[in-house]
Amino acid sequence: MENRYELNKQLAQMLKGGVIMDVTTPEQAKIAENAGACAVMALERIPADIRAAGGVSRMSDPKMIRGIQEAVSIPVMAKCRIGHFVEAQVLQAIEIDYIDESEVLSPADDIYHINKREFQVPFVCGARDLGEALRRINEGAAMIRTKGEPGTGDIVQAVRHMRMMNSAIQKITSMREDELFEEAKELKVPYELVSYVHENGRLPVVNFAAGGVATPADAALMMQLGAEGVFVGSGIFKSGNPEKRANAIVQAVTNYRDAKMIAELSADIGEAMVGINEQEIQLLMAERGK
Amino acid sequence: MMKIGILAVQGAFVEHEAILKGLGVVCKEIRCKEDIEEPFDGLILPGGESTVQGKLLRELGLYEPMLGMINDGMPVLATCAGMILLAGKIEGQEQTYFATMPITVRRNAYGRQLGSFYTESAYDVLGNVPMTFIRAPFVTVAGAGTLVLASVDDRIVAVQYKNQIALSFHPELNDDTRIHENFIRLCRQQNI
Repeated sequence: MENRYELNKQLAQMLKGGVIMDVTTPEQAKIAENAGACAVMALERIPADIRAAGGVSRMSDPKMIRGIQEAVSIPVMAKCRIGHFVEAQVLQAIEIDYIDESEVLSPADDIYHINKREFQVPFVCGARDLGEALRRINEGAAMIRTKGEPGTGDIVQAVRHMRMMNSAIQKITSMREDELFEEAKELKVPYELVSYVHENGRLPVVNFAAGGVATPADAALMMQLGAEGVFVGSGIFKSGNPEKRANAIVQAVTNYRDAKMIAELSADIGEAMVGINEQEIQLLMAERGK
Repeated sequence: MMKIGILAVQGAFVEHEAILKGLGVVCKEIRCKEDIEEPFDGLILPGGESTVQGKLLRELGLYEPMLGMINDGMPVLATCAGMILLAGKIEGQEQTYFATMPITVRRNAYGRQLGSFYTESAYDVLGNVPMTFIRAPFVTVAGAGTLVLASVDDRIVAVQYKNQIALSFHPELNDDTRIHENFIRLCRQQNI
């Protein structure tokens, strides 16, 4: 198990500096791969449509996921509901490369997350702050992403979550060792994880940005704030020219400090997704699963 | 001072950087054309997704100049996706990238993430080294002039052709630095 968990964390390391794109069909998966996605997230509806449709949102049809697995050579991820370990078992049975236990879908359990240590395939989980991130890692997550606010095209929450995580990490790094025990209690996580953060100044797993990324500049902003890669959900296939935008976001993530290049990449890529401001939305997905 | 360029368009490049820095080598991340204007002594092609890296190489104008460097004898250490970038043939697809090594590779040869594994196995003259395979490729044909450095379960996982070394696995993910030390030696010899 220990070995499998290492391998699973290491797969996330290979995805770094890359863009993981939400896709709903094999055709979209192909477009994403050709545009330079380092992995795709297979789901029936992208978050913006889940938001619009309302109702209960569940794991995607395995047949549809298989279709996407056959269409591309890059890793394929899929989402299961928070706490729905049978959906996760199903995804493992079809040999998914990464499971996202995701707040984008309707939670199946309002108390317990999945015991991810029991699984062979890796999990990525959303987190708003360091405590959430370390709790998910303690449950077996091999990769973390900010929750952001999916399906809105509004970057504010992803920025907030990344900043909260970073400032908490900085605080722990500068603590005296005898203060770490109390910090572990505060964060409701094992001392060992807090101690790791104290020594290394980072999470023990790869940390991506997600939720609300809509433009090349959004992606570069998250990278400059310390994200190691970016998930783009609705931002691509809800925009005027998905192919062009996907291409531009991929390049912006590689050269996230090169403002001249980002200026060029941002020019003439069609309309961005319309987006909803955080004050206008009814449902805060980030509030699911703490 | 030895200086090694690391392709940093996508993937696990900081892991290589950490090992090289520990060995006292200066590293240069290569993300755009300007980054290769100053000379360096060796090149690392890291793990990641070969489709992404191959595409970005062209879009960022890195492909032609880097191909020239490799053809002129620049020592290269390529891991996982890097092996695919160097391969002359890739099974099941027309497209190749640098194609400077006479080898045929199979992508995702061990299957999906559930097929990823760790082992320790003999490598050239080094004895057993740790080998981490993540959705790894392997070599199905090693053409003329290619030296096989390691095989695992009768599958070729490490080859050298002239100054190019290509590995299916990730030496940068373990503490064992011998493969990198060997590579630095190769760079040094090239410089004399």
